[in-house]
Amino acid sequence: MDEPMIWQLVRRFALVSVLAFGGANAATPEIHRFVVDQLGWMNNSVFANLYAIAQAAPGPNVMFISIIGWHMAGLSGLIAATLAMNVPSSILAFGIGRVVAGMSASRWVTILRAGLAPIAVALLLANGVVMASAAYQTLLDGALTLLAALFVFYSRNNPLWALLAAVILRVGVAHLTA
Amino acid sequence: MKLPASPPRPLELFLGFLKIGLLGFGGVAASARHVIVEERKWLDNKDYAEVLGLGQILPGANTVNAAVMIGDRFCGIPGAAASVSGLLAMPICILIGLAILYERYAALPDVALALQGAAAAAAGLAMGTALKMGKQLKRSMGGLVFGLIAFAAIGLLHLPLAPTVFVVAPLSVLAAYWESRHG
Repeated sequence: MDEPMIWQLVRRFALVSVLAFGGANAATPEIHRFVVDQLGWMNNSVFANLYAIAQAAPGPNVMFISIIGWHMAGLSGLIAATLAMNVPSSILAFGIGRVVAGMSASRWVTILRAGLAPIAVALLLANGVVMASAAYQTLLDGALTLLAALFVFYSRNNPLWALLAAVILRVGVAHLTA
Repeated sequence: MKLPASPPRPLELFLGFLKIGLLGFGGVAASARHVIVEERKWLDNKDYAEVLGLGQILPGANTVNAAVMIGDRFCGIPGAAASVSGLLAMPICILIGLAILYERYAALPDVALALQGAAAAAAGLAMGTALKMGKQLKRSMGGLVFGLIAFAAIGLLHLPLAPTVFVVAPLSVLAAYWESRHG
């Protein structure tokens, strides 16, 4: 493990970039696997906090990868992680976009979508489970996870309301039971 | 694919995506549609849905993929670069600010609790969103089987992503092909 940390980040994120069917959130369990479990660069709680911050901030979900880079190695870590996560997939999108422009109704694109969409959903669900266990400290956390999931599933309002409510509840309950 | 009367230049693409990045609280999809289709009229509804759909099939961040393809369509590589950097510029600045605040104040008890609540809820958002997407999928046996295998491998067994995707994705596409012929 003599490899410099930034180089490791780049190598791993570049691979994740072209495997993340379902977007950046689909890659989160893999990132958790090597950042927390394998390399011990941060603990579950910090990982879950950074994820929450990235979700609450404006912009695409891929911002989570940028904040991991920042946390590991400041500005150079952020730049390295952001480029590694976005450049390989962008090159792929660029090439494929030129090839299939205007062919999206074609039979094989439909087949690709039918085959890949369930995998994307499965990876996003796995992300939910991995993040739930990373964020879990007390029974109350489990309840907040469940309530937020129900809110998103059944309501069309902005999911950030669930995030805000959870923050208020978590702080409030701690003060009431103190 | 119809081009608008005056296609956007790289600078206009950059500014348009800058706005999308700033508006996109809790995901960018809604703000992207608003700016690209309704406000700037770069694409009509059908073309936008097509680009976004393609961005979703491809690996990587969906909105970044869509930004690459839209930028390329109007101004080639400079357009793609302008669109992606516009999309990410402001969120990255805001995120750095938040990360600095986090490192400074995370140790305060109330801040730690607030983050704890936000983290628990964020996990729930991910779950709820995935379940909602799953409900909208076309029912298919192959999709169900290989989706469950992928979920178990990554979510429960914590297997590496690369071998999982290399095995499950081709099989799932093959199953979809088979179902399309015998469905």
